[in-house]
Amino acid sequence: MNLTDLTITELAGGYRRRDFSAVDVVRASRARIEKENPQLNAFLEVFGDVEKEAEKADALIKEKGARAHPLAGIPIATKDNILIKGKKISAASKILENHVATYDATVVSKLKALGALFIGRTNMDEFAMGSSTEHSAFGPTRNPHDLERVPGGSSGGSAVSVAARMVPVALGSETCGSIRQPASLCGLVGMKPTYGMVSRNGLIAMGSSLDQIGPLARNVSDAELLFNAMKGHDPMDGTTLPPGSEKKHSGKKIGVPRAFVKDAAPNVQKSFEVALAGLSKRGYEIIDIALPSAPYCLAAYYIVMPAEVSSNLARLDGMRYGLHVEGKTLREEYDLSRSQGFGPETRRRIILGAYVLSSGYYDAYYRRATALRSVIGAELDDAFQNVSFIATPTAPNAAFKIGEKSDPLSMYLEDIFAAPSNLTGIPAISVPSGLVERDGKMLPAGIQFMSPKMTDASLFVVARDALGEH
Amino acid sequence: MVSADDVKKLAELSRLSLDDREVDKLRSEIDSIIAYVDTVQKVPIPDTASNSVHLEIENIMREDDNPHESGIYTEDLLKQMPRREKNYLKVRKILP
Repeated sequence: MNLTDLTITELAGGYRRRDFSAVDVVRASRARIEKENPQLNAFLEVFGDVEKEAEKADALIKEKGARAHPLAGIPIATKDNILIKGKKISAASKILENHVATYDATVVSKLKALGALFIGRTNMDEFAMGSSTEHSAFGPTRNPHDLERVPGGSSGGSAVSVAARMVPVALGSETCGSIRQPASLCGLVGMKPTYGMVSRNGLIAMGSSLDQIGPLARNVSDAELLFNAMKGHDPMDGTTLPPGSEKKHSGKKIGVPRAFVKDAAPNVQKSFEVALAGLSKRGYEIIDIALPSAPYCLAAYYIVMPAEVSSNLARLDGMRYGLHVEGKTLREEYDLSRSQGFGPETRRRIILGAYVLSSGYYDAYYRRATALRSVIGAELDDAFQNVSFIATPTAPNAAFKIGEKSDPLSMYLEDIFAAPSNLTGIPAISVPSGLVERDGKMLPAGIQFMSPKMTDASLFVVARDALGEH
Repeated sequence: MVSADDVKKLAELSRLSLDDREVDKLRSEIDSIIAYVDTVQKVPIPDTASNSVHLEIENIMREDDNPHESGIYTEDLLKQMPRREKNYLKVRKILP
């Protein structure tokens, strides 16, 4: 038995039976990271104190026995934009390279209270801007299925840490597809909760009306366990939903927006159809639906997100924290610190945001994109009158090669299917739909399911049925 | 079409200093991105369209009192300052 292959449930069972300890698991996990990380670059840092924390978890499990939470003693990797008090937090940016978190993100304090272990922080696109993890200031992360290829992004490091069996589960964050798309490209389960279901307190903001933290795992049950431990109202995040917001939701009708789905590569579409056929054998009814505004969601996203980015990243000025570059005047110091601290994609999105928010263009872009969000929201509401879930391929392509998408727009289009759920706040989950061939390599593809707001729990049911995981 | 001067102006507003090569590169990239996002103009928007999708979320205010014990984060935050003098943040002259 290899400790790094086990699921959370298997690990928790082993702890309780005293087959092995959390210290054993952390050691195995660290050995695996030491072996795999030099070529994969999934972790930016492994925390030195994790073994000591594992000893505490072992004591907790011994004391509580069966009453200990299944996450006690489970090593978790966190994306480098989720704050852990006293640890470095850089958002994979030069501008925050040596920044130290002064408090725990709410998700971190919740998981710590259960005895979960934070083993290290994972690589990502700088400030979560990208779909490949190539935009990290600390080098790209590589896909374990083919080292020449990207793992997707922006939570690429978290996805690879789980796919390469360095950890059983990891936390990622999504603004548009940044959990689901790397899950798809690495053959994992990845979930984006309803906006407001999981606290954003302690998540470095990118697009505040879109951002959510979510789980990455090798099976549906582990993702569900992690999501359930993180969710809930938080006084520290005024956009979290009030207690008791979750809704019961079930049903076996899946809507497929065919006109939208045809934007996927032919082999990805084929793998999607095979997954649907499997569901249909398990009693699901597959229904064609129309979502006429869906193809425009990504365009609206590339207005709303840069607008929020240009506002959110204005706080990084080189004065109070982060990289500081000396200049002759205060103004020069702002300009130099920001120019040398931010990478090219971040600079691009800041400029783009400033453009769409310019007084002459505000109505044409930002106001229109905001209205479009509610139009697509209404379309989805209508669709959910007739179906329980909506399915599409998670991403239009399997993993592409490092350096292949040097044109920014071609990279952006990788998130075409992700956009509707982030723009409207509905939850979505991606699960593997099988392997597809690309340039002679067999690579993972994913299918995603969306459901109405606050029905996150139902997604784990359909995801389990899609994978035959029971 | 976005001009080089537009990009320079946007960079200035964004407190970024860009060299000419980057201005030129950004100009063409922003042009193609704007051409793409401009497709939102094609979607008919009804007058009744809401200006928010997060209708179930209301602004929550907290009481205007001390959220935590005074001073517990001070040293941690001051430690992050690139230039510090005692408990002050030191910056270049602000008033001319």
